[in-house]
Amino acid sequence: MSAEPLRQRQAGIRIRIAFIVATLAGAAFAVCYAVDAGEQALGLTIALAFGSIAYGLGAWARLLLPTGGYVQSREPSLRRPREESLLIQEFTEEPSPVNRRSLLGLLGLAGTTIGAALLFPLRSLYPPGQPAPLTELRQTPWRFGPRLVTTDGQPVRPTMVTTEATLTVLPEGNLEAGDAPAFVVRVPGPGQDGGTIHAYSLLCTHAGCPVALYESTTARVLCPCHQSVFDLRDAAKPIAGPAARPLPALPIAVDADGFLRATGDFTSPPGPGFWGR
Amino acid sequence: MQLRRFYRVVDDRVGTSTVLRKALAKVFPDHWTFMFGEIALYSFITLILTGLFLTLFFVPSTAETTYQGVYEPLAGTEISAAFASTVSLSFDVRAGLLFRQAHHWSALIFIAAIVMHLLRIFFTAAYRRPREINWLIGVTMLALALLNGFTGYSMPDDLLSGTGLRIIYSVILSIPLLGPWLAFLIFGGEFPGDAIVPRLFITHVFLVPAALVVLISAHLAIVVRQKHSQFPGPGRGESNTVGSRFWPAYTMRTIALFAAVLAVAFALGGVAQINPVWIYGPYGPAQATSPAQPDWYVAWGDGALRLFPPVEFTVFGYLVPAPFLPGVVVGGLIFVLLYAWPFIDRRLSRDTATHELLQRPRDHPVRVAIGAGSLAFLAILLIAAVDDVIARFTHLPVVAVLWVLRVLALLLPFVVGAVAYAITRSVRDRSAPDPEPTAASPPAQRGEQPEPAGIDLWHNRLNETWRWRWRGREGRELISHVAFLDRDSAVAGAQLAYPDTPIDDVTPPPTPPRPITGRAGSALLAIALLAIGRRRRGNGRRTGR
Repeated sequence: MSAEPLRQRQAGIRIRIAFIVATLAGAAFAVCYAVDAGEQALGLTIALAFGSIAYGLGAWARLLLPTGGYVQSREPSLRRPREESLLIQEFTEEPSPVNRRSLLGLLGLAGTTIGAALLFPLRSLYPPGQPAPLTELRQTPWRFGPRLVTTDGQPVRPTMVTTEATLTVLPEGNLEAGDAPAFVVRVPGPGQDGGTIHAYSLLCTHAGCPVALYESTTARVLCPCHQSVFDLRDAAKPIAGPAARPLPALPIAVDADGFLRATGDFTSPPGPGFWGR
Repeated sequence: MQLRRFYRVVDDRVGTSTVLRKALAKVFPDHWTFMFGEIALYSFITLILTGLFLTLFFVPSTAETTYQGVYEPLAGTEISAAFASTVSLSFDVRAGLLFRQAHHWSALIFIAAIVMHLLRIFFTAAYRRPREINWLIGVTMLALALLNGFTGYSMPDDLLSGTGLRIIYSVILSIPLLGPWLAFLIFGGEFPGDAIVPRLFITHVFLVPAALVVLISAHLAIVVRQKHSQFPGPGRGESNTVGSRFWPAYTMRTIALFAAVLAVAFALGGVAQINPVWIYGPYGPAQATSPAQPDWYVAWGDGALRLFPPVEFTVFGYLVPAPFLPGVVVGGLIFVLLYAWPFIDRRLSRDTATHELLQRPRDHPVRVAIGAGSLAFLAILLIAAVDDVIARFTHLPVVAVLWVLRVLALLLPFVVGAVAYAITRSVRDRSAPDPEPTAASPPAQRGEQPEPAGIDLWHNRLNETWRWRWRGREGRELISHVAFLDRDSAVAGAQLAYPDTPIDDVTPPPTPPRPITGRAGSALLAIALLAIGRRRRGNGRRTGR
């Protein structure tokens, strides 16, 4: 019995120190904010304040308060059979509305109709009047005519296309479209020394990430998201990873001014697959 | 005295004393695994508090604006308002980065705590009758938490999250029949579009949090109504709950836990950088980051997308794209199994009885094996989300890493399950006093010998109340959680908690109930310090503006 008060006194001192530290740290947070001391100082001071409170209260609960050792009785079941049957009686017996089957049926019909009708405005999430999703998905801004431009809008000449790296291209006048990004690269053929220019959709046919990594020695593009690999020497067919379809090709030609132009849309819808593709 | 007078005013008008006495006396079992749910609750509150601050500055719009803040590399550039305001929040709003990072860290803690809570419930079979409803609510909250985590980090319109959003768009697009329409309705058109960021915002700050508040309230109300389950132990049974009273010890402890969660969130938010969107840069559909990893709680989905073989097939000539099976079916199946688990367990164990006592994991090797195997599968999916990083560090081709992980994903769950089964069995056999369990001593009851128990009942003349105390062997005792107003209700309570146990009237009590020992002086000082601390912090913030 004599040791108990001493232990409690010591605990009291520790808790007191904790709360004083919390007070000082809280004030320090305010000061740090006022003098703009930076995120680290702010984070550490407020964390110290809360941490001290946590320690103080934890010690208070553990050392000064009765922990455990209480018992509360619990009823074997929360169900009250008699009340339950009375409730059901009151709910269902005359003059309860639930017995008017015909009226209820009509009310249900009305409610269902109103509920279904109120779902219609959800259609506004994709505004009516816009082309059907499948139409939108099947076409891109590419068609016969637009020049290939770089991401900052520069028209592309064949000389700008190298064997070393892919060059991301977009249709002139439509730099923001999500389905338009394509790339051009020169792939050396078996006999030729210069190589031919290939143009493909930049979007992986798996989940639509840009296939931004190029390995020039093997002429393969790699998707950074899920590591699908496409072989540009073999019509951009997938050779590894989760992609199952080749990258759609972009038909291009050189115009009279020496710029690359598209001669049509991609050979198939770019990016991830979809029902009705 | 002031407080007492104020309370009398309330009680006189609302009549709260009976309810509050009951509430203060509510018994909480003392076991550290019961804290995970509380951590989840407190990190949710932290999320709301820090998130509230963020909403005052974040602009949920993809309209182009010119960034004019202090962050040099982006100064003067045309970027979306969402991205610009996030960068501003990080550099130009004082304490903004602290709140942003504390918010993000709290989200990681929130979901981690939910998962730990779920594992505790799973491995101790706390989901059995009567708690199936709370299991269903809990799994729904896990799904909502994942959704809110994802919408939250997709909002800033940075390159990493924009890429993640594109993957989700592709996964939605892959759903047979409905995919294209669903994706277009959610995104307001073809990806990326300008509608998605405001929609993510209202989902993230209102729809899902409101749903979570409703579900948390239901979850807690059911816990209070049903009372906590508890591990078996001396004096513990199906008809009682043993532990600490809500007031005072448990109140202090749980506020301490809240303060600890705040401390960890703000410490990490202050010193540990997370989601530095200014490094990723603004989103552009033609750009990508490498390596690209999502937050851990959606990484298993990303891992599934990486691991699954390139399978696309057609149904009636219509394409079912590659992301459908790993992205929709695997994730959907995991949640269907989670929802169905209490009912699967009931079918397997043919146990439909009500259980207030938890099962110890070691007593149920099959459940431990199923749980460990499932965790191993999810762990492989999680690891698969960093296959490119593994390949970079090990200098192995990424394809080789992929194949190893594919094999592991199919094999490891069974290996881990078998090992877990063997370990659990050996632990059970070693800890069992009786190596051959019989029908008379089912596993859950083992270690619990019938105690030569008795109950003391006494009258406290100081405030005219009745209390009782359960006496077990080796001097163990448990005191009734509340002082009863009359003898009959005290006897009824004791008989309910310990049926068939003799009750002895004792006068006066052999030892008084353990005194509430907090010294008045230190308590007052602490409360005063707390109050001053709060006020000072408040003042400082105001003068700092």
